[in-house]
Amino acid sequence: MVATHVVESKAPMLEQTNDLAEAETTNVEPAEKSTKITSEDVCVYYGEKQALFGIDLEIPENSVTSLIGPSGCGKSTYLRCINRMNDVIDICRVTGTIKIDGKDIYDPSLDVVELRARIGMVFQKPNPFPKSIYDNIAYGPRIHGLTSNKAELDELVENSLIKAGLWNEVKDRLSGPGTGLSGGQQQRLCIARAIATKPEVILMDEPCSALDPIATATIEELIDELRSNYTIVIVTHSMQQAARVSQRTAFFHLGKIIEEGETTQIFTNPQNEKTQDYITGRFG
Amino acid sequence: MTTEHIVSSYEDELASLDSKIAQMGGLTETLIAQAFDALCKGDVASANNVILDDAKIDEFELEIEEQAVTMIARRQPMALDLRQIMVAIKITSDLERIGDLGKNIAKRVLSIHTEIQPNQLMHGMKSMQDLALSQLKDVLDAYAERNTEKALAVWRGDEEIDAIYNSLFRELLTYMMEDPRNIGLCTHLLFCAKNLERIGDHTTNIAENVHYLVLGTNINEARPKGDNTSRMLINQDD
Ligand SMILES: Nc1ncnc2c1ncn2[C@@H]1O[C@H](COP(=O)(O)OP(=O)(O)OP(=O)(O)O)[C@@H](O)[C@H]1O
Ligand SMILES: [Mg+2]
Repeated sequence: MVATHVVESKAPMLEQTNDLAEAETTNVEPAEKSTKITSEDVCVYYGEKQALFGIDLEIPENSVTSLIGPSGCGKSTYLRCINRMNDVIDICRVTGTIKIDGKDIYDPSLDVVELRARIGMVFQKPNPFPKSIYDNIAYGPRIHGLTSNKAELDELVENSLIKAGLWNEVKDRLSGPGTGLSGGQQQRLCIARAIATKPEVILMDEPCSALDPIATATIEELIDELRSNYTIVIVTHSMQQAARVSQRTAFFHLGKIIEEGETTQIFTNPQNEKTQDYITGRFG
Repeated sequence: MTTEHIVSSYEDELASLDSKIAQMGGLTETLIAQAFDALCKGDVASANNVILDDAKIDEFELEIEEQAVTMIARRQPMALDLRQIMVAIKITSDLERIGDLGKNIAKRVLSIHTEIQPNQLMHGMKSMQDLALSQLKDVLDAYAERNTEKALAVWRGDEEIDAIYNSLFRELLTYMMEDPRNIGLCTHLLFCAKNLERIGDHTTNIAENVHYLVLGTNINEARPKGDNTSRMLINQDD
């Protein structure tokens, strides 16, 4: 007997089927999705130094878009523009427009706290708060006033942990410290925490780079499940991960988008030579 | 030219894949030429050599396939590299089939070497094999040079092989009708002609793969299907 794949979507790809539609992989999208996030001519400066140069990008909803590119090309900088995390960096200045559902997120009348509740973020190193597992999840809903009583909050915590695939592992130790979990569990805890505020968009900056292959597969499986309800943007240094989890890929180089398109096309037949050189390991 | 890989052993492996295909292709060309030569001369010893040589081509296929699989496992190739490795697997399998078809011609020599071969027929067979061989040589060059124009020319050129095959088919039928004692010889020759026609088809596959390797897209012209013999009937009044 061959054990089943941690990542379920891999199994049907390997099975023999006569029906092509049945064998459809996660990378094939049946229909055009509508755009969730639109960036037009986005430039970012850290003091005198320009980090992003006129980024134009449309990110479709309920799908995974991966951002790839060499170190320092501006992937994290771009990701931080989407939830206005750059606002907290004093020397950072953003120009151009970013719209979510057609609404400019840099509009001065927009409530940044409310925006960040709609946009969850998961970082490279799992960073649970030094609190209990329960409180890690409950923190966001509490400050955003998403629930009105203890029962509702309990339910939200449970649901978030279930969605993040962590419930069975932690249901008996909810009052234990979040930092006592394994790296992979901590990362799923952070994803559960991000989900708890009922976001529409989840940003992930190298979410698996500190994890072993099995924990990575679990997170990738989770990403695959989440994408039916969330718009996910993921930064990754693993070409294979980008190829596995995303439907669209954007290649950044020296602060510009060199090529953007369907993931399968980018990894089998990129149109730009720089993209090709990068993904095949011809330059760093 | 493409830039070199940062990991030089990867670069070396890709180069070795190319050089193995070139060697295997050279062997296959020689084998077809020898098989046909043996057929024309009724040379049993040479035919036996061809049968032995085919084993070397089979070995090349295994070797290239194994290297390709190892590279996929170790390098997780992307884009152009992925296409090169996939295409290498496909091309070797076409070359292996071409070798088999050559071997099959050689085996037939063993059955018909004592019979006198009608000159005019052999002339037609010869021009068919010349064409099949030059197509094979061109497609191997196209692969080595990553030359899509050349590959397209080979792809389009297959029509001509099919046309010769169709006329040989008619001719062979005529011989068989003239004198039933010709049937044995002509059936073998018919299979030899069919083998050459199949070699042309495998060569066309290779041309398609060269195109895919270089451009990442398939040839999107309609190729007129040239083997009409499945619809050909014997007409006594012909
Ligand atoms: N807080 C900051 N202050 C000044 N410069 C910064 C700051 N953050 C990033 N930069 C600069 O902006 C550029 C883009 O950095 P960014 O972190 O977005 O790259 P990245 O693509 O995420 O790289 P990596 O893959 O290494 O994470 C770099 O040149 C970096 O030095
Ligand atoms: Mg970064």
